[in-house]
Amino acid sequence: MKLHTISINNLKRRKAKMAFLTIGLMVGIATIVTLVTLTRSMSSDIERKMDEFGANILVTPQSNGLAMNYGGISLGGVTFDQREIREEDLAKIKTISNSKNISAIAPKVLGGIKVGSRDVLLVGVNFDSELKMKQWWQIFGDVPKSDNEVLLGSDASKVLNAGPDDSITINEQNFKVAGVLDQTGSQDDALVFANLSKAQKLLGKEGKITLAEVAALCSGCPIGDMVTQIAEKIPDAKVSAIQQVVEGRLKALDQFKRFSYAMAGVVVFIGSLIVFVTMMGSVNERTTEIGVFRAIGFRKSHIMRIILLEAALVSLLAGFLGYAVGMGGAKLALPFMAESKNAFLIWDSTVAFRSIGLALTLGLLASLYPALHAAKMDPTEALRAL
Amino acid sequence: MALIEIKNVKKQYTSGDDTVEALRGVDISIEAGEFITIMGQSGSGNSTVLSVLGGMNHPTTGEVEMAGVKLYQLPGEKLADFRAQNLGFVFQSFHLISYLTAIENVMLPLAIVKMSTPAKKTAARQALQRVGLGNKLDRLPNQLSGGEQERVAIARAIVNNPHILLADEPTGNLDSKTSEEVMALFRELNDAGQTVVMVTHNPENGTYSDRTINLKDGMVV
Repeated sequence: MKLHTISINNLKRRKAKMAFLTIGLMVGIATIVTLVTLTRSMSSDIERKMDEFGANILVTPQSNGLAMNYGGISLGGVTFDQREIREEDLAKIKTISNSKNISAIAPKVLGGIKVGSRDVLLVGVNFDSELKMKQWWQIFGDVPKSDNEVLLGSDASKVLNAGPDDSITINEQNFKVAGVLDQTGSQDDALVFANLSKAQKLLGKEGKITLAEVAALCSGCPIGDMVTQIAEKIPDAKVSAIQQVVEGRLKALDQFKRFSYAMAGVVVFIGSLIVFVTMMGSVNERTTEIGVFRAIGFRKSHIMRIILLEAALVSLLAGFLGYAVGMGGAKLALPFMAESKNAFLIWDSTVAFRSIGLALTLGLLASLYPALHAAKMDPTEALRAL
Repeated sequence: MALIEIKNVKKQYTSGDDTVEALRGVDISIEAGEFITIMGQSGSGNSTVLSVLGGMNHPTTGEVEMAGVKLYQLPGEKLADFRAQNLGFVFQSFHLISYLTAIENVMLPLAIVKMSTPAKKTAARQALQRVGLGNKLDRLPNQLSGGEQERVAIARAIVNNPHILLADEPTGNLDSKTSEEVMALFRELNDAGQTVVMVTHNPENGTYSDRTINLKDGMVV
């Protein structure tokens, strides 16, 4: 017989009350777990989509010349009086303080060239970083591996009448068409892609680039700050953020997150009230019992330990169940909330530990006053008979 | 020196503007090994004397000394410790804990004592055997008769070998035959050296004790 024997036996006897108490607290914890997991899973889904959507920062030369449009974004003039960024300046991007958020830097050199009798826009790219950024690219054939291989956009392929393994001539040099892009519906369809260094030579722009796309890997990471940081590092360039729909989505998610936390707060408050009221009722019901404990020599601290141990056991159970139910709820709700079949649930042991810790803290806090009330009971009053 | 000395104890209860004097200067001296019954009509202060003796009811004035210790001068929770080590209580309504078995109820005072669980079980089993319930250790209170519940309550009161056993109307809820058995048990315990102080309304119970103290209107008469 120890003090915990009293707590455990009491809980076993009052099964209905214990269940009510557990469910009250569990609902609060489950709500928090569901909302936290949902928002984190949705953020991660959006983060992934941001990656797929490609660049979110564009570095272009400062230019007063004629503009050329690239995906709806105004670039420095590329045909007349154009200015370029020096390739070595790009390395500075990696030195910004938010460099850990940079997923990829894709430099490009653009220029008009003649293929046979046709004018086409040649884009020199670094294929590794380009493919990392444009994960939606479908290539028939292969990615160019050497300097004398090119990749054609689908429209360029039709116009030039060249497919995989065919040859085209640029500036009297023969190039093998390694692959052809499937239709993308973007400006990429009309372009001829070549290795960056080769394109620089062909265009007479050695060591220069026309623009660089930067993919920042994060949700809610400071794109604005990164733009400023890059602009400081490369003062000659114009740095702009492509935030578009994703940014809007993140803002909506942020609002949802705030709303979730507010709602979770209310539910937790109600859960705590349930614990408080039930524990208070339990203490009042057990007045005589507590009087007996005091009469036979239990200290106030012993009474508190009995009550708080009961609260702790119930809270721990509520925490475990709350986490399990919360994760179940998140799993059910995620496909609807994320509007994406690819969104996956984030299982995080920290959430499990925190939810159990939160249940324990709330349960104990809500039971503190009832426990103090019990400990302060006058044994004579409590027993009445004496 | 007497085991218990109650010196000029007065106890007033105040409720709003009314003041009730439950005890008006009580002096009682009890020797070790005595069996005392305190008798008096309802409202004469019987139960107040017992609660004051039990260290649960601070007297308005006066002193209570037990085994050389001035009870109400003990600091903090020392009074609770004193109760745990020196006193055993038997209540009128038994006040057994309904969710604990007979042996667990008896072990209750030992829950706060540093002792191994087997040693606690042995002590509780022996106490239950002393009151004749050695074969009903694992029964819950609602599986026991009134007399048996009373015996469990007595076993709980003696399990820590207290200096003094305090009983408040222990036969108040029992039929006459069971009352006799319970009183015989108290006598038996007293014969074995246990000091017993019992409040009772039943004059027949007085025949089992060594001495009866009569109270009237909060005073010993």
